[in-house]
Amino acid sequence: MTKKQEPSAYELRLYIEGKTAKSVTALANLKKYCEEHLKGQYKIEVVDLLVQPQLAEGDQIFAIPTLVRKVPEPIRKIIGDLSNEEKVLVGLNIRPA
Amino acid sequence: MTKTIKKTQLHHPALPKAPTGIIGLDEITDGGLPKGRPTLICGQAGCGKTLMSLEFLVHGAMEFNEPGVFMAFEEKASELTMNVASLGFDLERLQTEKKIKLDYVHIDRSEIEETGEYNLEGLFIRLGYAIDSIKAKRVVLDTLENLFSGLTNQTILRAELRRLFQWLKDKGVTAVITGEKGDGQALTRQGLEEYVSDCVILLDHRVINQISTRRLRIIKYRGSVHGTNEYPFLIDDEGISVLPITSLKLEKDVSSKRKSSGIPALDDMLGGKGFFKGSSILVSGTAGTGKTSIAAYFANEACNRKERCIYFAFEESPRQIIRNMHSIGVDLQKHVEKDMLRFFASRPTLYGLEMHLVAMYKIIKKFKPSVVVLDPITNLITVGSVSEVKAMLIRLIDFLQEEQVTVMFTALTLNNIVNEQTDEGVSSLVDAWILVRDIEFNGERNRGMYIMKSRGMKHSNQVREFIITDKGLDLVEVYLGPDGVLTGSAREAQKLQEQTGQVLRDFAVGSRDREIVRKRKVLEAKISNLQMEFESAEDELNKIYQQEELVKHISSNTRREITNIRKGSVEESGTKGGKK
Repeated sequence: MTKKQEPSAYELRLYIEGKTAKSVTALANLKKYCEEHLKGQYKIEVVDLLVQPQLAEGDQIFAIPTLVRKVPEPIRKIIGDLSNEEKVLVGLNIRPA
Repeated sequence: MTKTIKKTQLHHPALPKAPTGIIGLDEITDGGLPKGRPTLICGQAGCGKTLMSLEFLVHGAMEFNEPGVFMAFEEKASELTMNVASLGFDLERLQTEKKIKLDYVHIDRSEIEETGEYNLEGLFIRLGYAIDSIKAKRVVLDTLENLFSGLTNQTILRAELRRLFQWLKDKGVTAVITGEKGDGQALTRQGLEEYVSDCVILLDHRVINQISTRRLRIIKYRGSVHGTNEYPFLIDDEGISVLPITSLKLEKDVSSKRKSSGIPALDDMLGGKGFFKGSSILVSGTAGTGKTSIAAYFANEACNRKERCIYFAFEESPRQIIRNMHSIGVDLQKHVEKDMLRFFASRPTLYGLEMHLVAMYKIIKKFKPSVVVLDPITNLITVGSVSEVKAMLIRLIDFLQEEQVTVMFTALTLNNIVNEQTDEGVSSLVDAWILVRDIEFNGERNRGMYIMKSRGMKHSNQVREFIITDKGLDLVEVYLGPDGVLTGSAREAQKLQEQTGQVLRDFAVGSRDREIVRKRKVLEAKISNLQMEFESAEDELNKIYQQEELVKHISSNTRREITNIRKGSVEESGTKGGKK
């Protein structure tokens, strides 16, 4: 476990596409992991590309769903429905690999 | 081109096409890429895939009013803009005018983690958004295969690619997908050809004998006729130009107009008028026989007629030719300054034969000359085999005849024996063949020229001596003496000898004439002498006759007197008296 972070130390952005099964699963998974591991220090922003397609270019999104860790730097991306908790935690650098 | 397309459309519904605007490619594809369908352009690294796809987009946006989206997986938008700026494509402006949209998709494996199910809907959304924002009709996905290096789940990728192509078709956009050539027979590394089945174009960049040539081949094109050969193409400061030079039709227009060769004596040998317009002329000969001079004369004459001329020099630089031609009184510089004459000098080894052809083709199309000179074609052998050079020249001649351009080739023959074939084997292709050869005799070399063939016109069968002086080129009749053909100083010597002979003969004739006059005079004197003698003899004879007559007369008188006396004197006297 890393040491305790400042509030909102993690700024996460999840790109989804409407209410597809993968998107819903990904969002649910993400919320679960954050509550478990980063309680109180995270912020999740959900971007629905069906509503705001112009945002896809900015974060270089090509797969759905994609989770982007904006803060802390460097930017990390995790694509997929986030079903593998271990991988997500490592990917977000919450748990060392 | 557009005409033929319209024609075919009248007969039967042809596949709708999106013209590429790339010189030559639209001809090979009979109008362009299949409209509303994906096309795969594949090839090795650096063979021009990105450029070709980008040109397709830019031409579409600028000429055919079809905006386009360029989705780059390799190069950043700024890099791309910079790379093609040298070709005169202003991507920035096109982007602000909403004619082109560049979208760079960055995929970096190191910052991506995959977990669980996903799809590439993000890409679809981006592309869809880009297409809708500028109402694009054309889409380029430049090296889509980069996705494979960025993502590990191949199953998802392949399923998604299949969906992508279907989606592009549904969108009705004409898409170009580029892909890197794979190992062995595979067209692309990831087998993209499986997904794109409508049109596949293979670009190739081969190096043979250290000379590289770019080639293009349409591997398949569903629902359309297309050229199946490998076509060379050129990338220069104007982008790509493909050369569909394998025109197999022999249905060119012909002209019976004549073009002077610039050497009046040579024109005389060619029925007095020179070569046919649009014909091909080969001037061959050994080294230093004046082939370039003949070619320069021909070019000079064309410019004097206010016709444009292109001189492709493969051996000498333009300045060198201009200087050298000055020495025989031909001023090419003034034509160059007036832009009537253009030189294009390049070493044959600069690039492959096909590239030479493409380059020449382009220049000729642009400058529209009426006369073209290639000096010499022999050097092209250094970059290709004889059969390749021949094939290239066939296509060049075909093309020039179609354009009604008169062309003069010079060729070096390597031996003194007159071959029935030139080394390039083009003699059967050309319309007129002039042979310049050395005549070595009497310790000097002189030039002889004759016309080997000249289709469709009366031409001299004589060997003429071809002389190069400060004033220019001229042909003189060779001297045919008892010792055979004489040229150069031998001819002059023979001429002098003849002149001396003439004088001597004249002198001899003169003295003989005088002798005869004298003889006649002597004879005449003799004749008058004899006549005199004859006259005196005649006189003598007459005198004798008269004497005899006189004697006769007198004696008869005397006899009668005597008789009378004897008969009686009375009678006689009476009679006499009576009579009296």
